[in-house]
Amino acid sequence: MHSLALAATLPAVSPVVNPAGATASGGVWSFAWLVVALPLASAAVLLLLGRRADRWGHWLGVLASTGAFVVGLLAMLEVLGQAASSRVWDLRLGTWIDAGALHLDAGLRFDPLSLTFVLLVTFVGTLIHVYSVAYMEHDTDRRRFFAYLNLFVAAMLLLVLADSFVLLFVGWEGVGLASYLLIGFWNHNTPYAVAAKKAFVANRVGDVGLLVAMGLMFAHFGALDFGTVLADPAAHASEGTLTAIGLMLLLAACGKSAQFPLQSWLGDAMAGPTPVSALIHAATMVTAGVYLIVRSGAIFEAAPSAQLVVVVVGAITLLFGAIVGCAKDDIKKALAASTMSQIGYMVLAAGLGPVGYAFAIFHLVTHGFFKAGMFLGAGSVMHGMDDQVDMRRFGGLARYMKVTWITFMMGWLAILGIPPFSGFFSKDKIIEAAFIPTDGAQWRAWVFGTVALVGAGITAFYMSRLFFMTFEGERRWTTRKDGSEQHPHESPALMTWPMIVLAVGSVGLGLFLALGNRFTGWLEPVTGHVEHEEPVLPAGVLIALTLTVVVVGLVLAWRRYATATVPVVPPLGTALTRAARVDLYQDAVNDAVLVEPGQHLTRSLVYADHAVVDGGVKGVTHATVGLGALLRRLQTGYVRTYAATMLGGLVVLLVVVLAVQS
Amino acid sequence: MSFTAPEIAWGALSPVVIVLVAGIVGVLVEAFVPDRARRAAQLVLAFGAPVGAIVAVAALWDGVSSSGGTDVLDGSLLVDGPTLVIQGVIAVLTLLALLVVADRTATGEDAFAPTAASIPGSDYEELARRKGLTQTEVYPLLLLATGGMMILPATGDLLTLFVALEVLSLPLYLLTGMARRRRLLSQEAALKYFLLGAFASALLIFGVALVYGYSGTLRYSEIAAATGTPSALDPLLLVGAVLLLVGLLFKVGAVPFHSWTPDAYQGAPTPITGFMAACTKVAAFGALLRVYYTIFPGLQWDLDVFLWTVAIATMVVGTVVALVQTDIKRLLAYSSIAHAGFILTGVVALDEAGISAVLFYLLVYGVATVGAFGVVWLVRERTVPQASTDVAADELAEAGDEDLRTSVLGEATHLSQWAGLGRTHPALAGAFALFLLSFAGIPLTAGFIGKFAVFSAAVDGGAWPLALVGVLSSAAAAFFYVRIIVLMYFTPAPGRDDAAVEPSDEDAAPVVESRASDENAAPGEDVALAGADGSSAVATLVAAPTATTTTTVVPSEGLAAVAIAVAAVLTVVLGVFPTPVLDLISDVARFLP
Repeated sequence: MHSLALAATLPAVSPVVNPAGATASGGVWSFAWLVVALPLASAAVLLLLGRRADRWGHWLGVLASTGAFVVGLLAMLEVLGQAASSRVWDLRLGTWIDAGALHLDAGLRFDPLSLTFVLLVTFVGTLIHVYSVAYMEHDTDRRRFFAYLNLFVAAMLLLVLADSFVLLFVGWEGVGLASYLLIGFWNHNTPYAVAAKKAFVANRVGDVGLLVAMGLMFAHFGALDFGTVLADPAAHASEGTLTAIGLMLLLAACGKSAQFPLQSWLGDAMAGPTPVSALIHAATMVTAGVYLIVRSGAIFEAAPSAQLVVVVVGAITLLFGAIVGCAKDDIKKALAASTMSQIGYMVLAAGLGPVGYAFAIFHLVTHGFFKAGMFLGAGSVMHGMDDQVDMRRFGGLARYMKVTWITFMMGWLAILGIPPFSGFFSKDKIIEAAFIPTDGAQWRAWVFGTVALVGAGITAFYMSRLFFMTFEGERRWTTRKDGSEQHPHESPALMTWPMIVLAVGSVGLGLFLALGNRFTGWLEPVTGHVEHEEPVLPAGVLIALTLTVVVVGLVLAWRRYATATVPVVPPLGTALTRAARVDLYQDAVNDAVLVEPGQHLTRSLVYADHAVVDGGVKGVTHATVGLGALLRRLQTGYVRTYAATMLGGLVVLLVVVLAVQS
Repeated sequence: MSFTAPEIAWGALSPVVIVLVAGIVGVLVEAFVPDRARRAAQLVLAFGAPVGAIVAVAALWDGVSSSGGTDVLDGSLLVDGPTLVIQGVIAVLTLLALLVVADRTATGEDAFAPTAASIPGSDYEELARRKGLTQTEVYPLLLLATGGMMILPATGDLLTLFVALEVLSLPLYLLTGMARRRRLLSQEAALKYFLLGAFASALLIFGVALVYGYSGTLRYSEIAAATGTPSALDPLLLVGAVLLLVGLLFKVGAVPFHSWTPDAYQGAPTPITGFMAACTKVAAFGALLRVYYTIFPGLQWDLDVFLWTVAIATMVVGTVVALVQTDIKRLLAYSSIAHAGFILTGVVALDEAGISAVLFYLLVYGVATVGAFGVVWLVRERTVPQASTDVAADELAEAGDEDLRTSVLGEATHLSQWAGLGRTHPALAGAFALFLLSFAGIPLTAGFIGKFAVFSAAVDGGAWPLALVGVLSSAAAAFFYVRIIVLMYFTPAPGRDDAAVEPSDEDAAPVVESRASDENAAPGEDVALAGADGSSAVATLVAAPTATTTTTVVPSEGLAAVAIAVAAVLTVVLGVFPTPVLDLISDVARFLP
C-alpha cells in the first residue's frame, strides 16, 4: 500500500512553506495509514453487522478512536525525533487515477500541521467517544451513532492528512456527510431535518468554492497535489488567478467553518446530540476551513487582496458571533455563536499571513479543548435537567453538579483569556498579531486590532452571562416535562472524566505549549519562520488593555446575571438584542438573497418548460381548429407542445449559429 | 452494370452479429417453441447474446488496440477503439438491464402487459391476465434494439447512421407501451415517444440530405475532406450539420430536444426505462462523439456556439426542473437530462482526454441508472385492509400468494411514498442512496471520477465556462438527490408516526400534466384507482397515495436484486479503483478517420 524506498535526498532547509516532503517508509510509517483505516474499518463493521453489534459496538468505536490516537502519537514522536528541517513526510498510498492527462496519486502527508490536527482530533475524539457511551446509553441506535462518529473521525483525519486537494476534498465531503448524518441522527421530526438540510446547503455552497478552486488550479498548475501547487504558485499563475483561487478557497472555508456569510447553519446544527456538537461543531470539523487557509498559505501570500478578504471575513464573523452570543438563551446556541466567533479569530489570524498561521492553529488547539469541554458540560447539564436547554430555566446549579461546575469554570476562564489559562496564550497572541501593520499599512493594524480587542470584551460578557445564568444566581427551574419535580444531578463517571481531562487541558495546555515558543517552533517547518515584528502598541500595553476589557465584560455580566434577578421570560430588549436573537436576520437575508431568486428561477423555468410554449401553441391551435380538435380527440397530452419546443429551440439555435458564422 | 459484393469481415462484426442473430432467433422462438419452454428459451438467448458480445469485444480488443481499427462492409462500419468500448459498455449494461427485465415478482408477475394488444380495461385484457399470459416478445425486441445501439456508434456513413438509429428506436417505442400497470400512461408515453422520435428522425434525414447536397458523399471521411477547407463554408453545410446533431441530441435528451424524456421514462415499464435511459444514451453519445470528432472538425468553431448553448441549457434545465419533481421516475428522467449536459461538456472538449472521459462517464452513469430503476421497480404500493392499517410492511413476507397478488399494486413512484424506506428496507435503500450519491458526484463513488474526468477534460480543452456551469449545477443537483436520501432515512413512513410527512418541497407548485390515471384493475383493487375508462385521459397528477395504501418492497425471484447488487459494487469499485478501466479506455480512445 505504501512505497518503501526512502528518498535519498531530504528537502533543503527552507524558510517558507516546505513544498515536498521526504518519502516516508519503514518504522512507524509502515503502519501509519492505520490512523485513517482503524476508525474507517470500525465504522464499516458497526454498520454492516447491524443489530448484532449492539451490545459491544460502542466499545469497538472507542477502541478504534484510541488506536488512531496511539498511531498518531507514534508518528508525532517519530517526527519530533527529526531535525526541524526534515519534519515533512509523504506516505505514498498508490496511484488513484492514472489515465492520459489525468494523473492523481493518493498519499498522506505527515507534517507538524497535519499531526497537530491528528492528535487533536483523535484525543478529543476519543474522550467524546467515551462520554457518548454514557450520554447515548438509552438510545436504541447507539451503535449506529458510534459508526457515524468513527466515520467522521476517519474522514476528518483523511482531510488533514491528504497530500493533494483532491484527496482533501474526499475527506471534506466525508466530514460533511458524517456531520449531516449526525445532525440528523435524531431527525424524526421536521425542525431537525430542516437543520440538517440547511447545513447541507451551506456546505454545498462551500464545496462549489473548493471545486472551482481545484478547477482553476488544474488549469494553471496541471496538478492538484500540495507539492506542485504550493511550491511556488506565483510562478505558474498570475496574481489575478491566484486571487480567484484564494477567494474560492475562502468560500469553501466559510461554508465549512460557519464564517460570514455562510454561518447560519451552525446554530441550527445544535439540534444534533451534544457530543456531536462538541466534537464536530466545536473542536474539529468547523476548524477545517482554518486548516485549508493555513495549508494553502502559499497561494494567499501571493494574492494579497484575497488575504485581505480573509481578514475581513474573520473580523466580521468574530463580531457577528459575539453579538449573537449575547442574546441567545439556548445554552447550546450560545456556545455555537461563541464557536463561530472564536473561529473568526482563527480566520483573522490565518489571513494575516505567516505571522498569524501558528497562532491561528495554536488557538484552534486550545479552543478545541476548552470549547469541547464546555459543550460536554452543557450536555451534562442537560442530562441532569431533563434535556432543558433554556438558560433562563437554570440558575444555581453549581451546588448540584460540582464536577460540571468546576470543569465548566476552567473552560470559561480559558475562553475569557485570564492568565494563566490556555486561552490567554493563544488569543492574546492573535490580538497582538492583529495589531502588527501588514505591508506597512497602519490603518489595517488599528482596524483589525481594535475589532479583535473589542471582540475579547464581548466574549467575556456573553460567556460570563452563560456561566452565571447556568451555575450562579438563584434557581429558576421548576418542573420536568412530565410535570414531576426537577432533580438536577451530577452525571455518571463516564461523562465526568472526559470533562475533567478536557478541563486540565483548558488550564495547562496553553502554558505548556507557549513556554519557550514550543508550539510555534514545532509548526515552523510548515508555516515558515517569521521575524518578530512590533505591533503599533507595545505588547505589554495590549495585554493590559485586553485584560481590562475582559474584566469589564465579566463585571457587567456579574451584575446583570449573578447578583440581579434573571427574568424567566426574556424581556423585550433593545433593537440590537432582538436582532441578535434571530441571528441578526441572517435567515431573512439568506431567504431574500439566495432562496427567493432561486425559487423564482425554478418556477419560471418550470413554467417555461410547461406553459409558455404551450400557450403559444394553443393560439396556433385555435387558428387551426381542425387540427386542434383532432389533437384533443387523440388526447395525447401535449405532444404538440413538445414538438413545438423542439422546433422553436432548433430555429433559435440555427439563427444563433448562422449569425455567429456570418 | 456489374455489382460486386463487398468483402465482409465477419470477425470484426461479431459483437453486432451475435446480438442481432439472437434477436432474430428469438422471433422464431416466439413462433415455433411451445408455450411452456418459451420463456426459458428466450432467457437463454437474451442472456447469451450480450455475454457473447462481451466475449467478441474482448477477442477483438488486442487487434484493434494495436492496429487502431478496421473498416468493414466497404466502410459502412468502423470497428475502432471507441466502437469496441461502447459496444462493450452497451453489452454490459444490457446484461444488467436484462436481469431487471427478466425478474418477476414472487407471484410470477413481470413488468409487462399480458397482451399489449388488448385495450386497457377490456374483458380481453382481464382474460389474458387471468390466464397468466406473458409476453416473451420483450426479449427479441430488446435484443434488436441493442443491436441497433451497437451499430450506431460504429457507423461510417450517414445512411447507416440513420438506419441504425431507426433499428434501435422502433423496438423501444414498442417496449415503452407495454407496461403492465398504468397502461394508458404507458401507451400515451409510447405514442409521444414515437411521434417525437419520428420528428427527430425527419430532422436528421433532412440534415443528411443537406450535407450530401453540399459534399456529394455520405462517407464520413469524405465529408470531412470536403469540409476541411474553411473557405468553403456554406449555410447549407452548417444547417445540415446542426440538423444532424439535433437528431442525435434528441436521443440523448438534450435541451431543447428533451421534452419526451420525462413522459417516456415515466410511462415505460420501469425495467425498460432503466434499459433505455442507460443504453440509448451510451449509443447516441457514441455516435455524437464520432460525428463531431470525425465529420466536422473543420466546422468546430461554428458548431461550438451551438453545442455550448445546448450543453448549458441542458445542465441548467435538467437540474432546476428536477428540483420540483414529485415523481421518482420523472425526477430520474430530469436527472438524466442534467447528466446529458455534463457529458456534453466532455464532448465539446474535443481532445483525446474528452473521448475517454465521456466513455467512462457513460459507463458509470449507465451502471447507476440501471441499478436505480431496478430499485424503483421493486418498491411497490400495497393496499392495507382497513382493519389493520398499522400492519408493518415487513409482514408481507409471511403473506400468502393470493394475498400478494391482490394487495401489491404498481410502483410507488410518488416521492412521499419513499419516506422511511431506509428503516424498513435498509439494504435496498442503501443501494439506492449509493446510486444517488454517484449521480451527485460525491467522492469515492464512480460518479465523482466521471464528473472529475469530463470537467477536467473540458477545462483542458478551454471550455472552462462549461465546466463552471457543470460544477454549479451538479452542486444544486446534489440537493435533490440528497433530499431523497433524507426522505428514506430521516422521514418516518406515513401512517407510522404522528409527524406530518413533508412529501417533497414546501412551495413548489405541482407540475400538472396530462396524465392517465388508470390502473390495470386487479381483483380487490380499489375501483377508484381504476377509474379511467380508457377513453379519456385526465389531466391530473399521478394519484397521490391514499390512506389505505402503504409502501413495500415486493418479493421477487431475485434477478433484479442481483442487478442492483452488481451495479452497487461496480459503483463503489469504479469510484475507488478507476484506474484499470480508465486505462483500458484511454488506450484505445482514438477514432478512425
